[in-house]
Amino acid sequence: MKILAVCGNGLGTSFMLSLNVNKALKELGIDGECKNMDLASAKTEAADYYIGSPEIMEQLSYGNKKTISVVNMVNLNEIKEVLRKQLEVK
Amino acid sequence: MLRSKLTDEMVQFIQGAKDWTEAIRVASEPLLKQGYIEVRYVEAMISNVKSFGPYIVLMPKVAMPHARPEDGVNQMGISLMITEKSVSFDEEKSVNIFFVLAADDESSHLDLLKEISEFLTNEEKVSALLSAKKYEDVIKLL
Repeated sequence: MKILAVCGNGLGTSFMLSLNVNKALKELGIDGECKNMDLASAKTEAADYYIGSPEIMEQLSYGNKKTISVVNMVNLNEIKEVLRKQLEVK
Repeated sequence: MLRSKLTDEMVQFIQGAKDWTEAIRVASEPLLKQGYIEVRYVEAMISNVKSFGPYIVLMPKVAMPHARPEDGVNQMGISLMITEKSVSFDEEKSVNIFFVLAADDESSHLDLLKEISEFLTNEEKVSALLSAKKYEDVIKLL
């Protein structure tokens, strides 16, 4: 499974989020990888899921892109929770 | 690396700011004064938030303003500002801790970000940082 962590620039917030998403995936035993990217590039990059802050996800949620919003980028429990919820509902 | 980058002159404590744009300007002053960044980098950080929303708020009370290397970074660096009164970004997001990040390429700052991420995961450390009053209080947490 391919997950893209997205932020405005693709080098700060999204990298930090991707660290924690990868940790969360591992702890949840989900086979997947999270990379980080800026919003403009993410718009044309295919992925199973896109994850980021609500205001960034809003700008990506068109077509059939599946987005996951996270408020706290460093709270592993919150990230695990949203991943569990989103990834189970197919 | 965080400990060696956050020197005394890179850390500030202020009362508050009239809005988030002023907060970002004040928080970046040390990097500007030491020549790590250009004025246009500060404006880029502000316009990023204006166009993409406050995604630089990493968690409640903590923001990491940043832009891209080509927006005016001369050298990789980081500054820290702690405000007594919280600064509001929107109805939901308000901040007291500002880590201003200046990355000079796509990769050299990643270890620094790992460190910050680990630091922010530790709730006790974050709440101690919120009540820090002087440089010594900050450095002993790192």
